[in-house]
Amino acid sequence: MYDFDFVTPASLAEAAAALEDPEAMALGGGQTLIPTLRARLAMPSKLVSLAGLAEIRGICEDDDGRLCIGGATTHGAIARDAAERFSGLAGLAQRIGDPAVRNRGTLGGSVANNDPAACYPAAILATGATVVTHRREIAAGDFFQGMFTTALDEGEIVTEVRFPVPRRSAYQKFEQPASRFALVGVFVAEMADGAVGVGVTGAAEEGGFRWEAAEAALAARFDPAALEGLSHPAEGLISDIHGDAAYRAHLIGVMTRRAVAAAA
Amino acid sequence: MTDLTLTVNGKRVTRDVPGETLLSELLRETLRLTGTHVGCDTSQCGACAVHMDGKVVKACTMLAHQAAGTEITTIEGLANGELHPMQKAFNDNHGLQCGFCTPGMIMAGVDMVQRYKAEGKTLDEAAIRHELEGNLCRCTGYHNIVKSIQQAATEM
Repeated sequence: MYDFDFVTPASLAEAAAALEDPEAMALGGGQTLIPTLRARLAMPSKLVSLAGLAEIRGICEDDDGRLCIGGATTHGAIARDAAERFSGLAGLAQRIGDPAVRNRGTLGGSVANNDPAACYPAAILATGATVVTHRREIAAGDFFQGMFTTALDEGEIVTEVRFPVPRRSAYQKFEQPASRFALVGVFVAEMADGAVGVGVTGAAEEGGFRWEAAEAALAARFDPAALEGLSHPAEGLISDIHGDAAYRAHLIGVMTRRAVAAAA
Repeated sequence: MTDLTLTVNGKRVTRDVPGETLLSELLRETLRLTGTHVGCDTSQCGACAVHMDGKVVKACTMLAHQAAGTEITTIEGLANGELHPMQKAFNDNHGLQCGFCTPGMIMAGVDMVQRYKAEGKTLDEAAIRHELEGNLCRCTGYHNIVKSIQQAATEM
């Protein structure tokens, strides 16, 4: 590993101040960033650790009944503590990586990284969640801006994600078996007002997106049969050694039907 | 260089280590606790699994300073006068061949048994196989490892 300084801020305000240094980078659980540093794909001279900040960790409900999850909350904690109130999201968190990775990796870190095969973007887009930073609130549709790109400014910290809780929801992931990342992952959510969100991850170069044709079909009838005859176009989808665009397009349909069938 | 204080296997230790030191490096090279193995060194294989505040983590994918103030348990800290039930179960069931992955398997096994007990869930064979997805063994085909964890789950 190359030399860098490790900073442990005592508060969110201290973390934000430390991140004003253009050479500094925020470190969540490090399950992506530490391998990235070791491969020298990023070489910040200072790491500001967010994992210990109690004020951005944990799960609560706001006055609108939204589930508010702190940015430094681990996947393992979400899998356990969101299970009763939002089982679809807990199920998604439960299938990220492996148990050791889930004990360290955080929601905020994953969201800020925006890996095109990360799981959370599917749920955030499907439910129309809001990403909250120490400066502002960003709507799901504005937040994700392409592979490893988000609306976050330099030094901006994801403090929380606010999820409207669906009436029923489920996530289905077709795993790339070596990495456990989604070859295709689909989150389906039937919201309190009857609208349906379908968030897709892993499939497109640009990262997560909503499959609007499926949303309309499912809003009319929330049943896998409502998707009969509907297929996602292959244009713009990823082709790699694990699967070509046509294969991923087919998987989007399969995972969406399975998610609807599994939604509870 | 910065001072780092943490508890390792019940003993409080303070060391002056650079910010970029990995937890696996602190354990193996500074504290000479070489039971924690480094296999893939990219957080895939789980040979470096240790417990931090009672939860399994991969020591090759953590900075030592991220463990400041925590309690770390390594494979060396598991036996208490006699072998831990998980260690005994691996012995009883021949849950290893070359032994390289074994420290990580045992730490992952202890974590999953404790977690399932705390949450009141049943740790059956399918659950053990799923829970072991972050630990790779290139010798055993996993069968005896799964048997070992099943046995320990009844004894812990």
